[in-house]
Formats: sequence, structure tokens, C-alpha cells
Amino acid sequence: MSDHAHALETSTGLDSRKLAIWTFIGSECMFFATLISNYLVNKGKSLVGPFAHEAWTDPTTGNVMEPIIEIPLVTVGTALLLFSSLFVVLALYGAQKGNRKMLLVWLGATLLCGIFFVGMQVYEFTHFAHKGLTLQRNMFGASFFVLTGFHGTHVTIGVIWLATMFVLAVRRKLPPERSLNLEMAALYWHFVDVVWIVIFPVVYLIR
Amino acid sequence: MATTALDQQHAHAAAHGEKTGLWSWITTVDHKRIGILYGATAFFFFLLGGVEALIIRTQLARADNNFIDPDTYNQLFTMHGTTMIFLAIMPLSSAFFNYLIPLMIGARDVAFPRLNAFSYWVFLLGGLLLNASFLFGAAPDTGWYGYANLTSRQFSPGPNVDFWNMGLQVLGVASLAAAVNFFVTIINLRAPGMTLMRMPVFAWMTLITQVLLLLAFPVIAVALILLMFDRFWGTHFFVPAGGGDPLLWQHFFWIFGHPEVYILILPAFGIVSEVLPVFSRKPLFGYAAMVFSGIFIAFLGFGVWSHHMFATGMGPIPDTFFSLATMLIAIPTGVKIFNWLGTMWFGSLQFKTPMYFAVGFIAMFIIGGLSGVMHAPPPADLQQNDTYFIVAHFHYVMFGGSIFALVAGAYYWWPKMFGRMLDEGLGKVHFWLMLIGFNLTFFPMHFVGLNGMPRRTYTYPKELNLEALNQVETVGSFILGLSFLVFLINIYKTTRKPKNAPADPWNGATLEWAIPSPPQEWNFDQVPTVHGRDPLWELKRQRGGPLPEPPHTSGAGIHLPNPSYWPLVSAFGVASIFVAIMMSPKWGPWGIVAAVALLFFGIYNWLFEKGYSEFRTPSHGGH
Repeated sequence: MSDHAHALETSTGLDSRKLAIWTFIGSECMFFATLISNYLVNKGKSLVGPFAHEAWTDPTTGNVMEPIIEIPLVTVGTALLLFSSLFVVLALYGAQKGNRKMLLVWLGATLLCGIFFVGMQVYEFTHFAHKGLTLQRNMFGASFFVLTGFHGTHVTIGVIWLATMFVLAVRRKLPPERSLNLEMAALYWHFVDVVWIVIFPVVYLIR
Repeated sequence: MATTALDQQHAHAAAHGEKTGLWSWITTVDHKRIGILYGATAFFFFLLGGVEALIIRTQLARADNNFIDPDTYNQLFTMHGTTMIFLAIMPLSSAFFNYLIPLMIGARDVAFPRLNAFSYWVFLLGGLLLNASFLFGAAPDTGWYGYANLTSRQFSPGPNVDFWNMGLQVLGVASLAAAVNFFVTIINLRAPGMTLMRMPVFAWMTLITQVLLLLAFPVIAVALILLMFDRFWGTHFFVPAGGGDPLLWQHFFWIFGHPEVYILILPAFGIVSEVLPVFSRKPLFGYAAMVFSGIFIAFLGFGVWSHHMFATGMGPIPDTFFSLATMLIAIPTGVKIFNWLGTMWFGSLQFKTPMYFAVGFIAMFIIGGLSGVMHAPPPADLQQNDTYFIVAHFHYVMFGGSIFALVAGAYYWWPKMFGRMLDEGLGKVHFWLMLIGFNLTFFPMHFVGLNGMPRRTYTYPKELNLEALNQVETVGSFILGLSFLVFLINIYKTTRKPKNAPADPWNGATLEWAIPSPPQEWNFDQVPTVHGRDPLWELKRQRGGPLPEPPHTSGAGIHLPNPSYWPLVSAFGVASIFVAIMMSPKWGPWGIVAAVALLFFGIYNWLFEKGYSEFRTPSHGGH
């Protein structure tokens, strides 16, 4: 019996690592469900501005200020994150077929999208801070930064994971028989993407 | 490549044999050793939590007593509860998961042996972090449930709540890592022929427990994170002055907290379901009903959290819903109890020590279950809430339930784990002292509770006429303590006996009894093929008698995972992140950055460790 035959001999036929990632993602669903619940419960409970979707009066100057959320930039970030899910599928296809060029190009594209998204979030957070929205300012600031911040942390971990895979691929250490290593990272990446599909309308679109 | 891999296997196989010494334990990835580490650590914490309880009982032995001051009392009852739940019962269950699950399902190890070691080390560090609070005289003092806004900086300025918060977050990481591991192990590493519905009920209850852990722990993780933001970075999630809502904490806490109750009791159900059939010499009655009632209990466990919150005034509709859902749980629980009784009915009962504790479990758990249904209706609950009646109830299910079953499991599997039989005579002394001590301690609490004695209050006035029953309780608690002294003596006596336990001392039905006691590192020389629910009994029936003593073998050619210290390094990374957050007012953000770097250092060395060319699935084939 060869070593490879053993690896396939699981009760379900699924590789244990793949099952583990799915199990972990199931658990992460509850993590984000709780964070999103926290955001929704605290919606509209801010005692002072800035607010997400309503104009507000600055108590110190008396000026009426615009709602703080700006949708266009985040929409670009969202679109790139969505496309990156497609790109990572193409990269995985390349890895499975042993097409190194395809693997590197699409994995690189995925990474660029992820890095842009994180950069977009860093810009957004600092921009909000300049406009007076901080963790401490009001309930919107607190629940917004914690929810999107934890999502951003997940994206960052995904970027580090995929970058590790990219380095492995450059060093020719990601042959087709080890493409599962990339598939696991890709599954996690899709999950982070799907969570954003929920967060984006909840935070930015629904008033 | 295949040849080099095989050569490595043989090289490692040649090095098989009993490895001892501290380093071999620090780097072990063997599920059996990790199980023993879990068991020993958890038993130590159990004794610690027991001493805390005895100090509490000493304080309450007399009315208007001042043996300890109120602050110390608050710290002791908080640490008693937190310790018993997170550092005693949960990891004692983990000890059995670790040791037994691979043996019962016919696997060489768990799916991810290094992740398993990581879980243990993170658990140990979390327990130490929580208890380090005593060194600073600042143990957590807000109850194991840490209700807001008692936990806010305003009302708890000291580090007490931070030790509790950080300790629990570290412990949560350990539980989640272990839950992923055991879920995958049970789903994926069963021996050929062991379908889900042929698994031992203990494996089933373990599987359900992992699902509860996976779904409940992220909720408490987020709640603790929000509390952490409130305390360290000035948010107001649970602070009404800033627009937050303290009640939200209770919802999050109990959405986790009620499934947690089943995380504590389902493994106990599993243990008892293994012990009773063996000592009744009959297969488990109603196997499928046992499995499905376990699943049903777990499912309902997510829909009853607000019965902990009737006193908050949620209104008639939520009260009704949560009351009815709570009463519904009595049905699957009753199914289990009748099935255990049905297992014993017309069996040829053999009253060995494990059986004593298993039967004691049924009796005590029935009392705890009944008193639980008594406060399912909100009007009754409002009378009993925050009184000793509740304390009586949950000790009947947690101690009368979980601990009785875990002790039954300890006596039952001790010979398998250590190759020595615990003394039957001392075991029965242990049982009777424990049963009498337990009931003397907790039964009177029903009455003092209904007479109005509040929980979590360091003393009571003499005029309430509660002193006599409290004295009975205190005497009972010391008898209970004595019973565990007898257990310790039993363990000590047993370690001095020759290591001669047979492979199958109880005429067992499950796979772990087919291999030597204690098992060799690779568990099974050849992975068994399973044809039914009680595979060993079937084999013995076919042979018409007991199985021959299994031989000790060299294990040549069997691939075992290499020892590794990177799980320990990574565990230090996880724990140091939370220590650094706690110290961030002093150290600033760089402590956190350094801790995260340590975690990444550990994980990357783990992932690219030599001898682990790829993440591996332990092979099933053998030679």
C-alpha cells in the first residue's frame, strides 16, 4: 500500500485538512453573526454624531455636518474583493493543472485586490477619525470599527496566507499534488469575501 | 520521494519504545499522553476549586461569620465557578476525549496531533493566567457570568476583571482548536465499517459537544472582546451612559452559557452510556433514541438562553417562549434516563466501582433535572432566582451529574490508561463518602434557598434561622472533600502496585479493550474492521469466550507523527497576546506587536517543520 493511498483513506473521502477548514469556517460564522448582531442592536443608539446615514450637528461649533459614510470608494473595494474570489479560483485551477504561469498571475491579482481592500480600509478609518468618528465617540463608531476592523483583520490574515502561498509557488513548492494547501487558503478567502457581502449592505447600504 | 518518506517512517519506527523524561512530555503529540496531561492538570484545578469551595463553606458555617471578608468571598465564589467550569469539568471531559476517541473509533491518533498539543498548552497557560490573579491579590470577583456593568472600569477599576476576561479568551482559543480537531477526527478517522450509527455513544456525545463548542464559543469570544474594548479602549458597549446596554451582555453570555451547560453534561452522558451496558452485560437500550435525544438536547440548548434572564423583565411573550422551550428539554433528557434504566432492566448487574458511580449519576441527575424544571416557569423562577435553590439545582447537575460520571469514567478506564486497576474497596469508600457528602452539602440548599437565603452573599444574619442547615452543608462539604482524599490515596496505592491490568478487565464492548493496557504508542497494530455496535462482544461471541491477551509488538513500519515543540511556542504566542493587551496601558501597543510576532514565528515554524513535509492525515493502513 503506498503512502498516497493512505492519505485518501478517510471515512468521508474528504481530506481532513479540508474538513477542518470548513469546520473552522462554520465556527467563524457565529463569530461574525455575533459581531453583526452587535452592530444592528446598537444601530441608532448613538448619543452624538457623526452618524452613518443622517446629517448631524456638531455640538461644539453648531455646524450641520454631512453623514459620514461615503459609498463610492467602499464600492470599489467591495467589487475588487468580489473579483478576487474569482481570481483565486483561477489561481487554484492553475495550481491543480500545474500551470505555473496561470497560478502566479491570478494569485498575484488576488493579492493585489486584497491589499487594495486593506489599504482602502486604512484610508477610510483615518478619514473617519479626522472627521471626528472614533471608537470612543459614539455607539456607531464603536460597533462600526469593531465589526469592520475584525473583518479587516481577517482580510489581512488572508493576504498573509495567500502571500505565503505565492512565495511557495514562486519557489516551485506548490505542485499540483499539494494544491490543497492553496485550496484551503482559497476557502478561507471566499469566506472572508462572503462575510463582506453581508457587512457591506448592513453597514453602508441599509439606512 | 515515496522511498524517502518510507525510509523516514522506518527510521522513526526504529526509535519507537517508551520515551520518558520531561522533554518527551513537552514535545508529545500522542493523544494518550495529551489526554493524561489534560486529566492531571484538570484534576489539580478541580482540587483547587474544591479548596475554594471549602473556604466558602467554612465562612458560611456560622451566621454573621467573619472568617473571610466580603471581597475575598467574592473572589472565591467567582474563581470557584470559573475554575470548576473551564478548568475542571471541561478539561476532564477533554482528557477522556483525547485518550479514548481515537481508541474507540479505531484510529492511530487524532486528525491533527500537533494542534492537539497546542490545545493543551493554550489551556494550561489560560488556566495559569486566570489563577495568576491570586498572586496579585486581584482574583476575578464579579461571578463566573461577569454581568455588565459590574465589570465596567467604573465599578471594577482593578485588574480582577481583566484576568478573568483574558484568561477566558485564552481558554476559548484552546477549546475551539480542540473542537475543530475532534470534530474532524470523529467524522473522518473512523475505522473501516464504523459507520456513524455504529459509533460508541461516548463518541456521539463527544461529536455533539464539539458542535456546541464550535457554535457557542465564538459568541462568548465576541462578548469578551467587546468588554475588552469597553475596559481598555473606551467604548461603551455595556455602559448605559454612553448609549450602550448592559442587558446585551446577558444575552450574549447566555447564548454561550446555556450550550455550555450541555458542553459540561453531554460527555458525562456518553461516559455513563459506556459504563452501564458493560456492567449490566446488555447492549445499550435504545441506541438510536440515545443519539437523537443528545442531538435534540444540543439543538434546544441554543433556544433557551433567556431562561437565565426571567428576572430582567423581558415581557410575557419571550418569557412564555423560553419557558416552554426549557420544559421541552425535559423530554429528550427523560428519554435518556429511561434508556439507562432500560439498559439495567433484567441485566445481570455487576456492582463494580464504575457502576456505583454511574448509578449514583442517574439518581443525582434526576434530582437536578427535576429541580431544573421547577424553575422553568417564570413565576416560580422569580421566587428561586439568586437563591440557594439555584445553587442546589446546578450542583446536582454539574456535580451529581458531570463529576459522578467523570469519576465513573476514571475508575472504568484507569486500567486502560495506566495498566493498573484502582482498588475496589477504596473505590467504594470513595463512592459512599462522595454520595453522602454531596447530598448533605447540596440537598439542604433547596430549603435554605426557598427560605430566602441569597446566593453570592458572604454571610447571613442569625435571625433568619438558616444556621443549622448551613452547618449541615459545611459538614457535608468536608465529607465530600474527604472522599477525594480517599481517591488520592487510592491513586497513590495503585501506582505502587505491579502494572498487570489485563487488556479487557471489565469484559468491555468497545475497541479500546482489544489492545494492551496501557496501549502502545500506535494504538492498533492493524486497524480493526468493525461489523456492528459492540464490536468486541461480537468477536467474543464468535470465539465463544474471552479474547487472548494481545501481544506487545515492535510497531515497526508504523508511521507516527514526530514530536514537536512548536505547538508550545505558538501557545505562548496566543497567551502573550492577551497578557500584552492586559499590560497595554503600561507597555503600549509594542507588547501586542511582539506577542503577535511570537505567534507568527511559532505558526510558521510549525507549518514548515521538517519531518512534516505536508499536513498529514494519520494513515489507516498500517504496514
